[in-house]
Amino acid sequence: MNSMNHLLDDPMVLRELIMDHYQYPHHHGLTDDPSYRHVHMASDSCIDDITVQSKIVDGIVEDVRFDGVACTISTSSTSMMTDLMIGKTKEQAEAIVDEYFRMIDHKEYDPDVLEEAVAMKNVYKQANRIKCATIGWKAMKQMLEEGEGHE
Amino acid sequence: MIDIPTVRKAFPIFQNQPELVYLDSAATSLKPQCVIDAVSGFYTDHTSNVHRGDYAIAAENDALYDGTRKVVASFIHCDPREVIFTHNATASLNQAAYGLRKFLKPGDVVLTTKAEHASNLLPWFAMQKECGIKVEYAPLDSQGRLTEEAFLSAMHDKVRIVALAQVTNVTGAEQPIKAIAKAAHAYGAYVVCDGAQSVPHMPVDVRDLDVDFLAFSAHKMCGPGGTGVLYGKKELLTQMDPLLYGGDMNARFSSDGTVILKEAPVRFEAGTPAIEGVIGMRAAIEFLQKIGMDNIHAYEKELRAYFLQRMQELNNIEIYNPDNAYGPVAFNAKGVFSQDAAGYLASRNIAVRSGNHCAKILHEVIGTDSTIRASLYFYNTKEEIDRCVAACSDISLENAIGIFF
Repeated sequence: MNSMNHLLDDPMVLRELIMDHYQYPHHHGLTDDPSYRHVHMASDSCIDDITVQSKIVDGIVEDVRFDGVACTISTSSTSMMTDLMIGKTKEQAEAIVDEYFRMIDHKEYDPDVLEEAVAMKNVYKQANRIKCATIGWKAMKQMLEEGEGHE
Repeated sequence: MIDIPTVRKAFPIFQNQPELVYLDSAATSLKPQCVIDAVSGFYTDHTSNVHRGDYAIAAENDALYDGTRKVVASFIHCDPREVIFTHNATASLNQAAYGLRKFLKPGDVVLTTKAEHASNLLPWFAMQKECGIKVEYAPLDSQGRLTEEAFLSAMHDKVRIVALAQVTNVTGAEQPIKAIAKAAHAYGAYVVCDGAQSVPHMPVDVRDLDVDFLAFSAHKMCGPGGTGVLYGKKELLTQMDPLLYGGDMNARFSSDGTVILKEAPVRFEAGTPAIEGVIGMRAAIEFLQKIGMDNIHAYEKELRAYFLQRMQELNNIEIYNPDNAYGPVAFNAKGVFSQDAAGYLASRNIAVRSGNHCAKILHEVIGTDSTIRASLYFYNTKEEIDRCVAACSDISLENAIGIFF
């Protein structure tokens, strides 16, 4: 086991990661650039209201951004998602999203693929928060399925 | 005076969930054994449809069901023929709105406030689209309260309907409905009152308030789910169209499409109702009447004052409705999103609700998108409040995230 994985087994570290991503979310704030697709996730829950944008060119996820009003779990899980997606091919990105949903569903998963997002591994214990941990990821999944370009 | 230990013995959930502090009664109340027995009695002793059977248990069932109208009438002080059984306060408000359509013409105004629950706004929004009426808002103070003066400042000749909660569901503001109804009637407007958060907690007399409609749900007053009441003045009910058509509400119909409807209230009760719900609601009202609505109101006021005072001692808590005399306490822990804070309270066995509580334009009044709502009922105790306050004092971002590890 490498040192990175070892650290990601430590609850204190995982807690700090969620705090960090919540207080200083990555790729936060939306762009007006028309080459981005966006998904507004407001109908799934009456509390969280998140918009995720992505730019996918020639099969590569070039950028992902998000903004909105949301709880710690929604914000930090979406922030972690943006880190994992950017620079990946569409196929790699889809594989990571699938792996994440396996973890959230409390199935077998590969923690190496999910990196910091393993901080969400215990969310399944609070059934009402699964929505929070998946809101941004669902938006990303939808954009990956829709493919490239902007209609 | 209420004998709280005895009252609590009537609620089996306190034995089954000894660690639970339930402060979410504005969402739904806990149920006493007598209500559970009344509901299960329908399944075990007198299962039958209403107004259809010619056999003994059907007669017993009909007597319990129809007799509930008298019990409700004595509870809110009206004629039993003015009591319509519905599925909940939402269904009641939708029926009232639908029935009032024929009294409205394009350009007419429905006057309400931004503190209303979705169920007393969306039916009017729909009519705004479909009937060309206009929804207007009377001004509130920062704690969601409407004064008679503020109401009058917003009132004018085009207002045909005034739609207001007697007690609002987030800040618990008690609106001066009696004075408002008097003023509204002077303009020839009808008053539709949402009693979902008032009828369970205080004596409500529809004759004294002189509202034209009052809606409430059984499940918020110790009764079963799926059952509510619409009170409507007889002279209005006779002119109103039902929202639903079907069995029991018609007297006869023929192949050419002629339909003769029954009179109110049955006219508004198409299809098999929640019979066990209605019978359970009767048990709930009788249970509340035995304790006394005055006693319930006085005790909750005292409990709320204690809760507020203890919460105000906490530096990490911001309260949005400190000046309301009773009802829920709406608050946030500074720097912690409401759902995260509610999650932490849940980890300490404190049940509260977080979010916007279906009052999605209230943020324009109280200045925050979401709150934690801790709501009381007569079965709550000061010890429970102490436990809640102790847990609230520990709400922090670290602790809220800590529940996942």
